[in-house]
Amino acid sequence: MSAILEVAHVSKRFAMGGVLSRRHVEAVNDASFAIEEGQPEVFTIVGESGSGKTTLARMMLGLELPTTGEIRLSGRSMADRRGRAAKIEFMRHAQPVFQNPFEAFNPLKRVDRYLDASARVLLGARGRGAIDAAMDVALHKVGLSLAEVRGRYAHELSGGQLQRVAIARALIPNPEILVADEPVSMVDASLRMSIVNLLRDLRDNLNVTVIYITHDLATAYYISDRIIIMQKGYIVEMGPAQTILESPEHPYARLLKESVLPVDDPGRERVQAPDRSLALAAAENSGSGRLVPRTGGRSVRMNAE
Amino acid sequence: MADVLTVAGLKAYYQTNYFGVQREVRAVDDISITVRADEVYGIAGESSSGKTTLIKTFAGAIHPPLRIVGGSMRYRFDGQEIDPYAVSAEELNRLRWRHVSYIMQGSMSVLNPVRRIHRSFADFAFSHMDLPKARFWQAVEEHLERLSLSPDVLRGYPHELSGGMRQRVTIALATVCRPGFIIADEPTTALDVVVQKDVLALLDDIRRTLKSSVVFVTHDMSVHANMADRIGIMYAGRIVEEGPTRALFTAPKHPYTAHLVASLPRIGDATRKPALGGRPPALSDPPGGCRFHPRCPLAIDKCRTEVPPLETVGADHRSACWRSAEVEPLTPPSGASGEEVA
Amino acid sequence: MFHIIRDLLRFNREFAIGVAFLGLIVVYSLLSFVSPIDPDIQFMEFPDLPPSGEYWFGTNSRGQDLFWQLTFAFRNTLGFGIMVAAFSRVISITVGLVSGYVGGAVDRVLMVINDVFVTLPLLPVLLVFFFVLGDSLNTINLALLMACLGWPFDARLIRSITLGLRHREFTRHAMFSGMSPLKIMFEEHLPYVMPVVFATAMANMLWAIGVEVTLAVLGFTNINLATVGTTIYWANNHSAMIVGVWWWIVIPVVLVVMLFIGLYLLAVSLNEYIDPRSRLRRMGG
Repeated sequence: MSAILEVAHVSKRFAMGGVLSRRHVEAVNDASFAIEEGQPEVFTIVGESGSGKTTLARMMLGLELPTTGEIRLSGRSMADRRGRAAKIEFMRHAQPVFQNPFEAFNPLKRVDRYLDASARVLLGARGRGAIDAAMDVALHKVGLSLAEVRGRYAHELSGGQLQRVAIARALIPNPEILVADEPVSMVDASLRMSIVNLLRDLRDNLNVTVIYITHDLATAYYISDRIIIMQKGYIVEMGPAQTILESPEHPYARLLKESVLPVDDPGRERVQAPDRSLALAAAENSGSGRLVPRTGGRSVRMNAE
Repeated sequence: MADVLTVAGLKAYYQTNYFGVQREVRAVDDISITVRADEVYGIAGESSSGKTTLIKTFAGAIHPPLRIVGGSMRYRFDGQEIDPYAVSAEELNRLRWRHVSYIMQGSMSVLNPVRRIHRSFADFAFSHMDLPKARFWQAVEEHLERLSLSPDVLRGYPHELSGGMRQRVTIALATVCRPGFIIADEPTTALDVVVQKDVLALLDDIRRTLKSSVVFVTHDMSVHANMADRIGIMYAGRIVEEGPTRALFTAPKHPYTAHLVASLPRIGDATRKPALGGRPPALSDPPGGCRFHPRCPLAIDKCRTEVPPLETVGADHRSACWRSAEVEPLTPPSGASGEEVA
Repeated sequence: MFHIIRDLLRFNREFAIGVAFLGLIVVYSLLSFVSPIDPDIQFMEFPDLPPSGEYWFGTNSRGQDLFWQLTFAFRNTLGFGIMVAAFSRVISITVGLVSGYVGGAVDRVLMVINDVFVTLPLLPVLLVFFFVLGDSLNTINLALLMACLGWPFDARLIRSITLGLRHREFTRHAMFSGMSPLKIMFEEHLPYVMPVVFATAMANMLWAIGVEVTLAVLGFTNINLATVGTTIYWANNHSAMIVGVWWWIVIPVVLVVMLFIGLYLLAVSLNEYIDPRSRLRRMGG
């Protein structure tokens, strides 16, 4: 079985500060995983801000190149994809879904121009009829139609509708992979589940693998097949989502789960501040530790002892 | 229990006239609520529900184009009644810091980025505490220690602190005058899960110590589940349901609340959650009758034409729905199965 | 388009006054096309006649009817200003958008060139060209030269706007829709830059006209072409104020001040109108 997307020992270092006080920040450290072909899944990356999850997502989209290691899409390394033709070819396989649907569309332009461009350039549709058909097909996949969307400006649609249009746009070239960075954090509560359900349906009905980047463990549990938990650039736990979220092993994964606000017993109990000490202690040693396979398909970062 | 804030029939509209285009946005449309002493009143609502406008009126921060069109609002502190819109600007200012304080989402905007943090404390709090200087700094340091913050933070600049730390310092600043009424406007929305729980624990701690009333605004129902004594659910400028937290979660009496509760994802439950169709209405042109009717699974003809009043449906529990008796919880919370609210 | 202008006239007083002033000058300069006289011919009338029913603006010491003479002067001056503004807009938009969007090495090179132009002293450079080119420094060449000197500040302004736009999500969205960099720059980003383009175009015209007048008064342009500057040059040459022919100086100065005020007010009010933020507010966003 071959992998569509392979992340092999990827690290990313950023230089910070000026000439004299330059220091390096390790955003991502030695991350490795693979998305297999013909096995659509929701692959979730969980972590707080500064965990490196967004940097990892940007590298998977080719917006950033790894400092060391390699990311390969359909066997071809990102570093080799130079020039417009190679980038267009890449965009036919992997597409992003953005965090803020209100920001994803130019407020001064009609929303359908993005769909139009995708159909023309990425799908190669020629002629008004073919382009419209491609747009309509994609919009129907997300429960909309071209008639509802054509000629509309972003401010005329709700956050949920905009996010649907953005997802429909991403689906036009029939990509195998969608990279969705916090796709529901800016969507209203009553519309949020419809987007989350949509991501689930994309996997089940359209065989699209969704790489879901979030800090919300509850939705992660709801839609994920596999999950990786990142702390300060390191993958600390990785494996089947439900197993890991039900009984996390790494101290940081436990801290995250402990910090999720319970909703099963509403009413006022005293809210306890989470205890960070174990997670912090584990972070100190992340560099010298390594991911150790455990039963049930999960791996946990352990100190070399 | 004494009421600290009484709001009756409040209407606050944005009225704009820009290059000849007149618009009226009814952000707060006929709202009546009371906030009691020593309670956390949660306000839940989506982006166009008017919740932000409502708390702006609480804070006395009404600026054109926002206008109060009708209704009344009274605070009661130490047996003294204050109508924030009838007093002078000076008194309003004193009310704001002495009795009412405001905690916002973006903490950076409160702390002056180019001044050390103790200057912000001096600027905001010194004139309102009527204490000699030495006593004032002692009070500030005691307050910080009570919140498990080191007094060393006073000597630093805001950018030297992490986001969560800044939010804690902002909360310390907002509560140093020991206000009787705290307005918390999405204080944890932009924060990571661990920091969020930290900040919530801090807020919880403060209000238990100060015994103040808190109006807690967020769209996140899981925060309400853990913080609020009572919750008011806002939809399109109106309160559609109000009641004790437990009752709202276990036996909601408005279809919108029922949906909000049922669609909450929980770890350990991957069954498909219902999603609500449609979209929140535009406040400049809300639908007639019950504003939720275009999205409501229970809507009948009456809902399209007549506005349902907020009526008592249980102990301390009000709902604005013509069919509130027929509203069932969509999925009962597993941990609280069968448990009735006293 | 029509209703925008109507709304602006009705609700924006600056715009109305600006349009009135500029309109007056434009209509006046357009009268040159129906002028009964040739501006290059002298001594067709009695010299030094004060303004009267027959000669509204009087005549000058060179025996020309000042009313008709000035229609040509303003037409040429306005034309010059528009040319400079248009040429320099093309340069500043291109440099600003490319520099801001492409970034990296391209940005650094363009900004070094930009800095060189910022530091070039205006008048000495113009004088060097005047002496080197001599008679071939006609209006169009001078306008091109001025445009080359008048773009750098505005290009920096445009670059700073596009730098912000580059990091907005819609730019990345456009990129992943397969739009070409040119399409993103000129269709997605240009609308955000237009307010600056309009406002600086007006300011640039003001500047260009000011420099033209300065050069002409000093005698460093083609003094035989009627412009506002050369009018004042000839008036000085004939010691108009000393011999009491005040109208030869006062009338063009009053008109040129009206032109300046008109351009300035238009710049201010257009800026407010075209600003995407206020545009969104009107659209109800």
